[in-house]
Amino acid sequence: MRTITRLLVVAAMLSAFVAPAAWGAGGDVGEPAIVYSVGGKFDGSFNESAFAGVTRFKEETGSGVREFEIARDAQSLQALRSFAGHAYAPVVAIGFNQAGAVEQAAAEFPDARFAIVDMVVDAPNVASYVFKEQEGAYIAGVLAAMATKSGTIGFVGGMDIPIIRRFLCGYRQGAASVSGDVKVIANMAGDTPAAFVDPARGAELARSQIDSGADVIIQAAGGTGIGVLQAASDAGILGIGTDSNQNGLHPGRVLTSIRKRVDNAVYDSFMAVREGRFEPGIRVLGLADGGMDWVLDDNNADLVTPHMKAAADAAVAAISQGQIKVHDVVADGPCPLE
Amino acid sequence: MLDFLSAIFAIIFNLSTLDAAVRLSTPLLLAALAGLFSERSGIFDIGLEGKMLAAAFAAGAAAGVTGSAWLGLAAGVVISIALALVHGFASITARGNQIVSGVAINFFAAGLTVLLGQAWFHQGGRTPQLGPGARFGEVDLPGADVLKDVPVIGDIYNHLVSGHNILVYAAFLAVPFSWWVLYRTRFGLRLRAVGENPAAVDTAGISVAWLRYRAVICTGILCGLAGTYLSIAQSAGFNRDMTAGRGFIALAALIFAKWKPVPAMFACLLFGMLDAVAIRLQGQAIPGVGVVPVQFFQALPYILTVILLAGFIGKAIPPKAGGVAYVKERT
Repeated sequence: MRTITRLLVVAAMLSAFVAPAAWGAGGDVGEPAIVYSVGGKFDGSFNESAFAGVTRFKEETGSGVREFEIARDAQSLQALRSFAGHAYAPVVAIGFNQAGAVEQAAAEFPDARFAIVDMVVDAPNVASYVFKEQEGAYIAGVLAAMATKSGTIGFVGGMDIPIIRRFLCGYRQGAASVSGDVKVIANMAGDTPAAFVDPARGAELARSQIDSGADVIIQAAGGTGIGVLQAASDAGILGIGTDSNQNGLHPGRVLTSIRKRVDNAVYDSFMAVREGRFEPGIRVLGLADGGMDWVLDDNNADLVTPHMKAAADAAVAAISQGQIKVHDVVADGPCPLE
Repeated sequence: MLDFLSAIFAIIFNLSTLDAAVRLSTPLLLAALAGLFSERSGIFDIGLEGKMLAAAFAAGAAAGVTGSAWLGLAAGVVISIALALVHGFASITARGNQIVSGVAINFFAAGLTVLLGQAWFHQGGRTPQLGPGARFGEVDLPGADVLKDVPVIGDIYNHLVSGHNILVYAAFLAVPFSWWVLYRTRFGLRLRAVGENPAAVDTAGISVAWLRYRAVICTGILCGLAGTYLSIAQSAGFNRDMTAGRGFIALAALIFAKWKPVPAMFACLLFGMLDAVAIRLQGQAIPGVGVVPVQFFQALPYILTVILLAGFIGKAIPPKAGGVAYVKERT
């Protein structure tokens, strides 16, 4: 019995490997295809947002969409090749970890059209969608600085990489725009990808910040951030979610969520090919283009006062119109507010 | 120099740091004690990480479905014992390579938890968020309220001793209990003997295999507690790969403690302390030194273990029969 179970498990694992290669050429040529990142389309975060874009496209156009969820990065190239080889268009890859695979597949299939979300791949047949995380973080900083009673707010990042630093810098800048006296405590969970999957560590970091007086803490740490929001909720203070709408995780304990609109990027890339206006190159989506936004719903309606909402809306407008320039650590160098 | 010392002391002898150290060292301690039983019986186990991860998943899933923390704990322990028995079968009965079997368990757990989690809950390998009843909450020990106003002792009792979840107490009570089992019972004497010289134990008419199986079951129970602590006491649900290398730090602690229970507790507290201090030192300048990179503190457990193994802090001698399958007779 145990042998049979084990065989079944092995078979299931193998099928995940060979599935894209096994699909015949029967698919409708010209339909879009998407390769989700590790975590899968129901991860409650990044990939799920991409899936929302797929769903919207399907509903509006009635077209089919080929989907594939990778279990590890190594599967990405195989899936992309298979889709490109069967003339799906565009072939969209989600997540920075697929950049290498997209680059290689784009070189192997020069006639295919690719898109990648959250990373730049410089190739003549790839459209790259990236986000101005710092702009969303600025809004979070404004709201946190207005919500704090202790005058201390916290930031828990995942792996210590430039895009997380960029988020932190925007957050600091937003807080400083409200009051120069607000203190920001920042912690990074680690230096390896494991820093994005360790909720126990996230909770511990949040607790240490709470001990130091923080009463609003933002997480930019993926799975680690789930622990941050949990610790904030347990301690009766406020958390701020990121990537997708996390207000509902702890109703009344999540001040807002800073969303990265991966769904809009995916939808746009699909529509571009469908309408024959696909163009390679880089698209940078910020507050102005609906690439980032902050969420106000039933779960946090009581936390955001009209005064705070007005300030956040004003900041969104000012950034969109270019009156406020949010510092970008990746492009403009180290954060001026350390 | 004085500035530097006072800054360090201010961070270390701070109740919130000590409190955090206790919380952070608990999973390490449970896993190190788990490794202790197995390794003292002659079965090397680098699969602690995998067993913890599987237990964390089982506990998170069971608690998520049933809404009961205790059922979660039971599921975590059962899964961990099952994996421990697989390792036992491979290394005791099948006389396979113990390191290979341990690595296999780590990979097996890392893959299977995500696969099953995705298939059952559709949340990218996570288990559902747990409500208060499905987690082990903080327990206030009797007298915490009464002693609250007593200076020093009241503070220490209130913050450091009281107010942890039940698994923290279980972990620290497991230390004297493990010592008692290993050094004061017949089972413990035989267990240690079988790790040093199994042939002698066999000559005395005691089954080597059965003793070692019992040892790996103890390992399974303790790993199960460690994993359960991670997912339903410290956090509120399972995340993929949430053990994040703690099984290996626990092994380092075990070696650092020279395979003894009480030193293992101090090693785990030291490693937990390093972690707690690292969290509080992040980005803060220490007078006279400047900002110490966090990586330094994160690497310290491993650095200390390597220094120990190099022979600078005494000698760590593993159980003599460790890693070697027992063959009764040459055939």
